[in-house]
Parts: sequence; C-alpha cells; structure tokens
Amino acid sequence: MCRLPLPALAALLAVAPLLLPEFTITLLNYIGLYAIVAVGLVLLTGVAGLTSFGQAAFVGIGAYTTAWLTTTWGWSPWLTLLVGLALTAMIAFFLGFITLRMGGHYLPLGTIAWGISLYFLFGNLEFLGGHTGISGVPPVTLFGWELKSGRDFYYLIWLVVLLAIAAISNLLDSRVGRSLRALKGGTVMAEAMGVNTPHAKIVAFLIAALLASVSGWLYAHLQRFVNPTPFALTQGIEYLFMAVVGGIGHVWGAVLGAGLITLLKQWLQDWLPQLLGQSGNFEMIVFGIAMVLILQRARDGLWPVILKQLPARHEKRQVATAEILPKRPLAAANSVLLEVHEVSKNFGGLVANNRLSLRVAAGEVMALIGPNGAGKSTLFNCISGVAPATDGEIRFIGERIERMPSRDIARRGMSRTFQHVRLLGQMSVLENVAIGAHLRGTQGVLPAALRLDRAEERGLLAEAARQIERVGLGEHMFDAAGSLALGKQRIVEIARALCSDPCLLLLDEPAAGLRYREKQDLAELLGKLRNEGMGILLVEHDMDFVMGLADRVVVMEFGEKIAEGVPESVQRDPRVLEAYLGGVD
Amino acid sequence: MDLQILLLLGQDGITNGAIYALLALALVLVFTVTRVIFIPQGEFVAYGALTLASLQTDKVPGTVWLLLGLGIIVALLDGAKLLRERRYAKLPPLLIANIGVPLIAAAGLFAMPPAQLPLALQVLIAMLLVVPLGPMIYRVAFQPLAGASVLVLLIVSVAVHVALIGLGLLFFGAEGSRTPAFTELSFELAGAPLQGQTILVVVASALLIIGLYFFFERTLYGKALRATAMNRTGARLMGIPPALAGKLCFTLAAAIGAFSGILIAPITTIYYDSGFLIGLKGFVGAIIGGLASYPLAALGAILVGLLESYASFYASAFKEVIVFTLIIPVLLWRSLSARHVEEEEE
Repeated sequence: MCRLPLPALAALLAVAPLLLPEFTITLLNYIGLYAIVAVGLVLLTGVAGLTSFGQAAFVGIGAYTTAWLTTTWGWSPWLTLLVGLALTAMIAFFLGFITLRMGGHYLPLGTIAWGISLYFLFGNLEFLGGHTGISGVPPVTLFGWELKSGRDFYYLIWLVVLLAIAAISNLLDSRVGRSLRALKGGTVMAEAMGVNTPHAKIVAFLIAALLASVSGWLYAHLQRFVNPTPFALTQGIEYLFMAVVGGIGHVWGAVLGAGLITLLKQWLQDWLPQLLGQSGNFEMIVFGIAMVLILQRARDGLWPVILKQLPARHEKRQVATAEILPKRPLAAANSVLLEVHEVSKNFGGLVANNRLSLRVAAGEVMALIGPNGAGKSTLFNCISGVAPATDGEIRFIGERIERMPSRDIARRGMSRTFQHVRLLGQMSVLENVAIGAHLRGTQGVLPAALRLDRAEERGLLAEAARQIERVGLGEHMFDAAGSLALGKQRIVEIARALCSDPCLLLLDEPAAGLRYREKQDLAELLGKLRNEGMGILLVEHDMDFVMGLADRVVVMEFGEKIAEGVPESVQRDPRVLEAYLGGVD
Repeated sequence: MDLQILLLLGQDGITNGAIYALLALALVLVFTVTRVIFIPQGEFVAYGALTLASLQTDKVPGTVWLLLGLGIIVALLDGAKLLRERRYAKLPPLLIANIGVPLIAAAGLFAMPPAQLPLALQVLIAMLLVVPLGPMIYRVAFQPLAGASVLVLLIVSVAVHVALIGLGLLFFGAEGSRTPAFTELSFELAGAPLQGQTILVVVASALLIIGLYFFFERTLYGKALRATAMNRTGARLMGIPPALAGKLCFTLAAAIGAFSGILIAPITTIYYDSGFLIGLKGFVGAIIGGLASYPLAALGAILVGLLESYASFYASAFKEVIVFTLIIPVLLWRSLSARHVEEEEE
C-alpha cells in the first residue's frame, strides 16, 4: 500500500483555510465530502470487485436521518449520526444479503433500482418536506464550539477524510484486507483458504455504505438544509466516476478523483452552456465520454500515473520476526485422514467420477494419475468442497465433509493448490502466501482499521515468510506474484497451502512447468512433509516424479479407478499399460 | 373502484407492459450475447420518439449530427485498421456506410421538409436515423472492451447512458414532445373506451415478438446470435465473429428501442430523459426473468406495467417507488432459489 507523507499533508490542509478565499474553501469542503464516499467505493469496487451506483442514496439516508431528527425532535447531531449509521447498516445489510449471493451484476442493478426508489420516496414523503426538503438543520457543536461557517466545518470534513483514508489503508494491510482483496481473484481460491466470501462481500459493502452515510451527515450540517436532488441516481453514478477517474485501486485516487471531477464540473458548468448556447447539465456528456476512454485506455485511473512521476519509495523489505504460531496437533502416524467412498460426480449427463473410493493416511504420499480427462481435478474439487459430489461419502479425520463449503473443510485442516494457478498477480508473494494463514488469525475489521491487530499480523506474516523460505522462494518474497515464472507460481501456491498448517495437502500438478533441479527440490520438500506426518494427495503427470515419491498410486481412466497399489505393481498392471500406451493386439 | 376504471387501468398497464416487454427482450438479448447490461436502451426509446417529433415539426433532429459524428469515429477507427492491414478495397464501402450515408441523410433533411411526408415515411426516416447508432456505439464504446468483466462493461454502459442523456438534452431541449396518434379509432369495451392506439401498440409489440422468434429460430444470423449467447468461444470457433454478433444485437436493441419510442410517443409525453425510467422498468421485467429467459422477462415486464398502472391510481406519488421496490422481493426470491454456484470470471 502506498503511504504518502501524511503529517506534511495534514499540515498543508490545516493552514489552507487561513490562506484561501471563501469560494475555494467551499469547493474543498465538497471535494472532502465526495472523497469520503469515493474512498468507500475504492474498497468496494477497486478492492473487492463489486459495484454500487446507489451510494448517493446512502448519503441521503445519513443526511435525511439527521435533518429530520434534529429539526423535528430536537435530537443532538451526534446522536443522529449514530442513528443514521445504524439505519444505513440495516439497509445495506439487507440489500447486500439479497443481491450478493447472485452474480456480481445484481448488486449494481439492485442499487440502481433502490437509488431511484429512495429518491422518489424522499421527494414524496410529507414529513420529510417533499421536494422542497427540510431547512433549519442546526449546526454541529464540538466541545462548545459551534461549527457554523464553512471554514469551521472544513476541519471536521477533512479530519473525517483523513481518518477514513487511514482506516481503509490500515484495513487493506491486514488479515481482513487480504481476504477482501482475494475476492477479486474469484471466490473459489478465497473459500479454499477459509475465507467466508459472502461475509467478506457484505463487510465491504457495509463499510462503503457507512462512509457514504457519514458524508451525508456532514453534508446536512454543512448546508443546514436537505432536499432530494443531491441524492439522486445521477450523483451516485458521479461518485463511481470519481473513484474510477482517480484510480479505483488506490485510496488516494478517491481524493484525486473527487477533486478533479468537482473542479472539472465547476468549470464545465460555466463554460459549456456558453459554448452551446443553452443551459443544462452538459458536463455529463464530457464525463460520460471521458469515462469510456479511461476504461478503454487506462483502467487503473490517474493515481498510478502520478505515482510513476514520484521518486521510488523505499518499501520495508523485511518481515519482523515473531513467535511461531500454534500448530494443530498431529494426527497419529498411519491413521486414516481422508476416506473417499463411492463418490460420483455428474455434470448433466456426463459422469466425471463414477463410484470412486480411495484413502489417504497420515505420513503418506498418495498419487492420483491417469490420462487427461480422467476426472482427477474433478475429484479434487469434490474432496475440497469446491464443487460438491453428486453422490457418495467423503470423511476427513472421521467427519463427513461431502456437503460442507470449502471454507469449513479448510478449517478442519485440508489445504490445496490449483491446477490453474490462482494467485493475485499484483500482490506480493508474501501477501499471497499470508492469505493461506487466514484461519490462523482472528482479528476483524475494527482492530485492523485501528491497528490493534499488529501482534497477530506480525505472527501471520512471519509464518508466511517462513513457508516461503521453506519452499525456497525467499528471494522472491516481495516480488509481485504475477511476475514469477509459472512453475514458481505453483510453488507459491504450495507455500500458501502450507501456511494454513494443514494435515492433508492436495496438490494439483505441482511439478508442471518446473525444471529438473526444481522438481528434485520439490520432491525433497514433499518427502520432508511426509516424514513430519502430513498426508499428501497429489495429481501429477510426470511419472518419474510420481513413481519416485509416492507411497501408493491410484490410476483413473474415464472417471473410474482402474488400479491401486504401490508404484511397482501399478506400473506392471496391464489395464494401466493399456490406458497409457494403448492396447496390445 | 368500478369495473370501468379497472379495465381502463388494465388497458394502460398492458400497453405500457407491452413496451416494457419489448425492451426487456432487447436487454436479455444484449446481455446474453455480449454480457453488456445495456443501460442506454432507454435512450433509444427517447431518441426514437423525439426524432419523429422533430421531423413532424420540421426541425432537423440532432440525432443526424450524432450519426455523422459517430460515423466519422467508426470510419477513423476501422479505416486506420484497414490501412495498416493494406486492405484498401474495403475502404470505400466503410466510408460510404459510415460517413456518406449520414451526410446524404443530413442533406436530404435540409432539402426536403419532412413534415409534409406521409407518417409511414416519417417513421421510416426516424428509424433510419436512430437505429445505426446502436452498432456504432457498440463499435466505439464496447468492442475494444469485449473481453472485460461484466462489471467494467456495466460501468461503460452507465457512462454511455450519461453521455447520451446529455446529448439528448442538447438535441431536443428540455421540453417534452408528444406526437399525434397514429389512429383516431376508438372502441368501447364493457363501458370503457378502448383507444385504437392502445390496440396498435399491443398488436405491434406482439408482431415484433413473433418476428423476433422467427428471426432466432429460422435465420442464419438469428441462430448465430443464439449460438454466441450460449457459448461465446464455441461460436467463435464456428466462425461467428464476436464483433459481428455484438453489432447485430446492438442493432436489434436499437431498433426495438426506437420502435418502442415511436409507438408510445402518441400516448405519453416523452422528454429527453424519459427513456431511462422506461428502460429500467424493462429491466425490472428482465430481472424477473433472471436476465436469461425471454418468456419470463416478457411476462415480468407486463406485470410491471400493470403494477405501475394500478399503483398510479391508488398512490400516484409513490408510483415509481412501488415499481422499483418490486425489484427487492424479486431479487430476494431469485437469490433464495438460486443455486450457490457462482460463475468464475477470469
């Protein structure tokens, strides 16, 4: 994560009102208000890969709640802030609950509909003043200081902006942050590492909605007046534009985008009607076209462009040492870890696995081999809960798991790698591997945002570093995972799996793309893990690698098991020879 | 409420519902083929209606300038590619189609006052001015992003919508327009008046839906679109270019949108931004169909129309609130009945 010289910036912001004219202060106030909303969208869209066009409606909830409660009931603004947040949280939770379980586009569609609906509701409810709105909202009082002027309010707004940015940056650099960032790479990997992805998505949506609500509260007390117009869908769309223009992956991009769009809008609103000889919101034409161009040409927005101009920063290139995390008790040697009994998996009419059975014991390497399309990866997906079996029974350490989601299976001590590597290419190897340690930490959103999670975080990162050293990728620890050769990315996946302290490891073609020497190192590592008592189930095509390493081999063809036994006997089995080399006529 | 009002409202609801159904079909078509959630669908409704209205009041509709502008951009983009690839023979047809035709259309509009022309010809001209905008927008905004995620395509879609709304205001002004009815016929049904225009809308929508059915079932291009909707990669391997499929379905969507606009222009006053809400109501219908099923989408859209009509009688101020809140129970139902398998986008 990028860290700007925050103190310098804060000082600059602090003296600004003393030097700048009223109009500029007003603009800065609005930029701040918009930036708060846009920071939430960075988390939601840039980090978690979800989108909402209805953020303006959440701003409206915050603004209308406080306006109504303070004017009609005379409540204190500080109390109404909490009420507004609670109301926002409830609505966001409900909307998220019903849309987030479906495809990613249902949330934006749902928020469009709800944004329109709320706008018309504000405009038609008598007690909220209809389209004229509510006036006479009292100012906020802070320790006896009435924030009446825009200059006074400026400090409150920018304090909130800086706090929001600090909190979100902290959050992203934590266990929860990694799980949110993992969402963008698809839910399968995150779930396999134990992340509760529906929960993570709702968390991202809630945080974004709450930030919007705070912005609305500030707006109401800055303006001392609310009406429905600023909470219409158009404004919701503009918030998203701000975040995208500034740089959807960067918190500071939100501030940049809010500033640019606000200034540009100001300027275009003066200038375009003169040019076109009519009045109207013509700046939207420019914004719309600019948006299409940005998404086509520079999807990461403007902030990365600015970062490139700055001198390279010195990142901390060291992982602090910490005590070794507690490990799970070892299973008794040779006890059965995994028992697959008559498992079938159908895809429509296609039977990918047909009544397959196998066992893996602690301290054993079991290899699953067979021609392409034999159903090996499908079986892996059944065992790890990625795609549940159609029929049959799977026991893991004595417990039935065939109907569990993969995160629950992961919690019980099974970890896996994927045939098609699932890493987050832009994140460092260290952070990728640390995702594997997700279940070994417990700190949630609040401790992460407030940096109360550092002790645990040190432990998790130290563990990740240890596993990276163990698989021999120490020199790449801080490189972006996507920059590594494919073979090495597979090894990163193994480190990530090891980071969860598993007792059973599922490896899908770990040696593919490795050089001879690297394969020997991998075999040595797996042998060591076996000696420590770990069970390993592996799919692999390299027969030298398999036969040299495996204790037992299961051979599959067309979804069925055709042979099982020690490598020597399997190699002589006529059915196996036929499957691999064709029949001898 | 007596029977008369009940029938009158039902009539209204079905008329609007028929339009929403057409739009819902177009939205499902565009989404399944290109994965674009086509928010600007509604702008084609407004452009169609307002272009016709401009023609009838002897103004040169602004859409012709948009057509020319987009045509020039398409010609530049595709022309540069043709020059790079040295396929000079393809240049003249490209230039004629994208720049020549809009220029002739503009010249024709200045030369001949369209208000004098018969209605059918005016409708034809309006369609010819608006429909080509569909494939042009696909070429300029979406084709370069064909591989992007649904989310990015959706944001682009919203951006295009915003730009088109602004342009609509520029072209047609803030005042609304209503075109004269296509037919003055009127019947009586159980004591309630039945307008000829209403029958026209329902019959035209039904014919269009049947026409679409035959297009998809019986023609090569229709089958190509269905194949692309089912499996983009597979269709591509069978020689169906994704860009062609994209342009084709945007043409259809634009045609359906503009035609819907022309159909309802005599019934309601259309403003430059009216299309958005109309299109979104089509969306609510399409979402009822899970953005995948045509018959469910059409039924859902008619339901939206009826709900809107009765809501406007009981609580007219809350009409839009009720219609758009309908999406919540629909989403809830779909979410609870959906299987927990999520598509992986890679």
